[in-house]
Amino acid sequence: MNKKKVVNLDMKQYGMFLALIVIYVVFAIMTGGKNLSPANINNLIMQNGYVVILAVGMLLCVLTGNVDLGVGSVVAVTGATVGIMIVDYGMNMWIAILAALTIGLCLGMFAGFFIAYLSIPPFVVTLATMLMGRGLTYTLLQAQTKGPLPEEYVYIGAGFLPTVKIPFGDGTLDLVSIGVAVVVSIILILSEIKGIATKKKYDFPLNPMWQIIVKDAVLLFIVWFFFYKLARWNGLPFVLVIMVVLVGIYVFITTRTVAGRQIYALGGNAKAARLSGIDTRKVFFWVYTNMGVLSAIAGIVLSARNASSTPKAGDGFEMDAIASCYIGGAAVAGGAGTITGAVVGAFIMGILNNGMSLYGWSTDIQRIVKGAVLLGAVTVDILSKRKKGN
Amino acid sequence: MSEYILEMNHITKAFSGVKALDDVNLKVKRGEIHALCGENGAGKSTLMNVLSGVYPFGSYEGDIVYNKEVCKFHSIKESEAKGVVIIHQELALSPYLSVAENVFLGNEQTSMKGVINWTETRKKAHEMLEKVGLGDEDVNVPVGSLGVGKQQLIEIAKAMAKKVELLILDEPTAALNDEESKTLLEIMLELKKQGITCIIISHKLNEISYVADSITVIRDGHTIETLEKGKDDFSEDRIIKGMVGRELTNRYPIREGVKIGDTIFEIKNWNVYHPDDSERQMIKDVNIHVKAGEVVGLAGLMGAGRTELAMSIFGKSYGQKISGQIFVNGKEVHIKNVKDAIEQKIAYVSEDRKNYGLVLIDDIKRNMTMAAMRKFFSKNGIVNSNDEIVAAEEYKKKINVKANSINQTVGSLSGGNQQKVVLAKWMLTQPDVLILDEPTRGIDVGAKYEIYCVINDLAKAGKAVIIISSEMPEIIGTCDRVYVINEGEIAGELKKDDISQEKIMQSIMAHNRKDDRNE
Repeated sequence: MNKKKVVNLDMKQYGMFLALIVIYVVFAIMTGGKNLSPANINNLIMQNGYVVILAVGMLLCVLTGNVDLGVGSVVAVTGATVGIMIVDYGMNMWIAILAALTIGLCLGMFAGFFIAYLSIPPFVVTLATMLMGRGLTYTLLQAQTKGPLPEEYVYIGAGFLPTVKIPFGDGTLDLVSIGVAVVVSIILILSEIKGIATKKKYDFPLNPMWQIIVKDAVLLFIVWFFFYKLARWNGLPFVLVIMVVLVGIYVFITTRTVAGRQIYALGGNAKAARLSGIDTRKVFFWVYTNMGVLSAIAGIVLSARNASSTPKAGDGFEMDAIASCYIGGAAVAGGAGTITGAVVGAFIMGILNNGMSLYGWSTDIQRIVKGAVLLGAVTVDILSKRKKGN
Repeated sequence: MSEYILEMNHITKAFSGVKALDDVNLKVKRGEIHALCGENGAGKSTLMNVLSGVYPFGSYEGDIVYNKEVCKFHSIKESEAKGVVIIHQELALSPYLSVAENVFLGNEQTSMKGVINWTETRKKAHEMLEKVGLGDEDVNVPVGSLGVGKQQLIEIAKAMAKKVELLILDEPTAALNDEESKTLLEIMLELKKQGITCIIISHKLNEISYVADSITVIRDGHTIETLEKGKDDFSEDRIIKGMVGRELTNRYPIREGVKIGDTIFEIKNWNVYHPDDSERQMIKDVNIHVKAGEVVGLAGLMGAGRTELAMSIFGKSYGQKISGQIFVNGKEVHIKNVKDAIEQKIAYVSEDRKNYGLVLIDDIKRNMTMAAMRKFFSKNGIVNSNDEIVAAEEYKKKINVKANSINQTVGSLSGGNQQKVVLAKWMLTQPDVLILDEPTRGIDVGAKYEIYCVINDLAKAGKAVIIISSEMPEIIGTCDRVYVINEGEIAGELKKDDISQEKIMQSIMAHNRKDDRNE
């Protein structure tokens, strides 16, 4: 008889996730449960939506062993474009959105061209686009805030999906959110079953059953906690939809496509990648072009949430996005890191911000803590890898 | 004065429970050249790291007696203070600093308060260089502008500046050509006359038999034996027997039952210019052809243009103003980049696996499928990871990659196993033509044999195989036919029965003379 192959779950993969839960619980205790409220869960999504979007794009840059410093400025330029077109010229919002995306694409291609085809170091190119983009925004907006933006546009950043509310306890419960939670749970369980079946078919080692059950129970608990809280508030924010779709697309790209493999190979060893038939210039070009488009999306979401375009929009976002990737376990030298890691990193930052605000710490203190968390997370990551290597 | 400068007694060193060294003994006589032999992973480097304090006292068992004194080194600094200097395989020179600065790197010639005395630095650097036969070099040029051979000698000069008594050289000639290696060995003999004791680790057994006074063989973390010059047999076969624990009667497996077919790969009038200098022609009117099932060698001295030829063919990865024709299976093909080359069923296994062959931080599986990804492991840009795992498992078994699983990172494998992964990577592209550039560089005898077996299997499967090698015995042992390359030109072609070291050298010499006449 065949001996069944069994391996333990790789806990390192879930380490960041556990850290996220621990931080959340600590703040729940510190704030007396304030951060557990439905309104706050909703805020967490809305406040961190654009950081998540940027972190997803930034991860691709980080995988190549570089960063994009220009994202905050692209967020500002695209936000300004929308503001000017809608407020000053009264143009259709869809045309404005299309224009913003096109500008993001062009700025991304601009940086990508210098990086990929002229081999200028990305740090320098994006430092330049950061300065140029910010200056361009101030010029376009004449250093003033443009607003208010119309309600249909604001929906993108602050709106909710249609709801079916029923009375529940001391408030209401949105059945759409609950329905989504049910669907997510079913997908989760089915994919686990399918995964086990595939492993059996190819005779790959399986995880012990109790570990799978614990893992899935924790995941299901989080899903239900999250959607229940949203259901008690206003239902599903539209930003959540944008986030989930983007994260889904990029998880797929990085894990399942040839393009994703090429980015990892380039980051791991560019010379070997080139000699394996990978057009490294093309990879660089598209990674930075992609970052431009995602920055534009973040710019649209941000200006919608603020209902206005301001010249200071997106200031320092590049640092949040970069920090998210590193907290999420991406290697500074490139070649290693995951989208889910970056998203979890973004939420760790978000939960820290949120919890500290609720606790009453000033933004100045928050920065100190965030810096310390970044340093701590990367130190732990590198030290644990070093031990493994020896 | 004691006969032994160094005695390492009962050294045992374990890494997380696995014993890398088990009761190892090493005795080195004062003023001798002592060679340390063993397969990759036998524990040679570990032993030297214990000696030099890289693994500090307390992390191993046993004791080190150096100059009659029991030593407890906690760091390299402490061992260097006693005159024990180790030169690692990877050079520790800073390429943009001058020769003089490098010679005194970490050991700066200072006046009081840490201010560098430049006159003294240059003067002393020059003295050190004279000792290693580089008296003519300008000490002010950046080290990076010199060749690897000279850089290696500068490393030795650097050791001399530290008042070395016991010099340890780890694979000093791995990156050097024959002539540079010879110079280095002569310098070692010179140092011996000056009373410096040397320990040399090397895979090049001919060098060891030439230079060493005694040889200690290590296998699987144990000392097997110590051979002494004049007393014991110093032949290569004798050393190999100690290293692998059995007689390796034939280092090159015999290729049987191969039918050599039609010409499937041909290069005509191939010309290539240097990538940075469009006037400098690196490859001149080269014509070569390879038949199905044939193993063809490209022999020549280092710098003859063999790698440049191979890389320029492989998707114009080297050079500029490339002209000439490539025929695969009788049809002319136009190859603009590596992707085209792979599509035309050409594969090139680089001589430098760490820099050009592998993504060291990635796992075996992904490295194996990297080049074949687009064609065989994906559909519409989406990876088929199950096929990938199956293929990686198959090749891991097929060419005997020693690893726990295909998910192990390639960086943690030994050189021989890394080389097998690179081979698998290119075999998975299902090529008709394989160009193997130094396929056995820096790997041990056992792994070499396995790689020769793979080459034989490829020939049996009707592939055209081109081998570039600086080790003449390897060319002689594996090839059906040899092109001798010299200064970017074909200097001669030798058929199976004519291939010999002398004939290859004669071709090169004759070619050099012809060149001289033309000038």
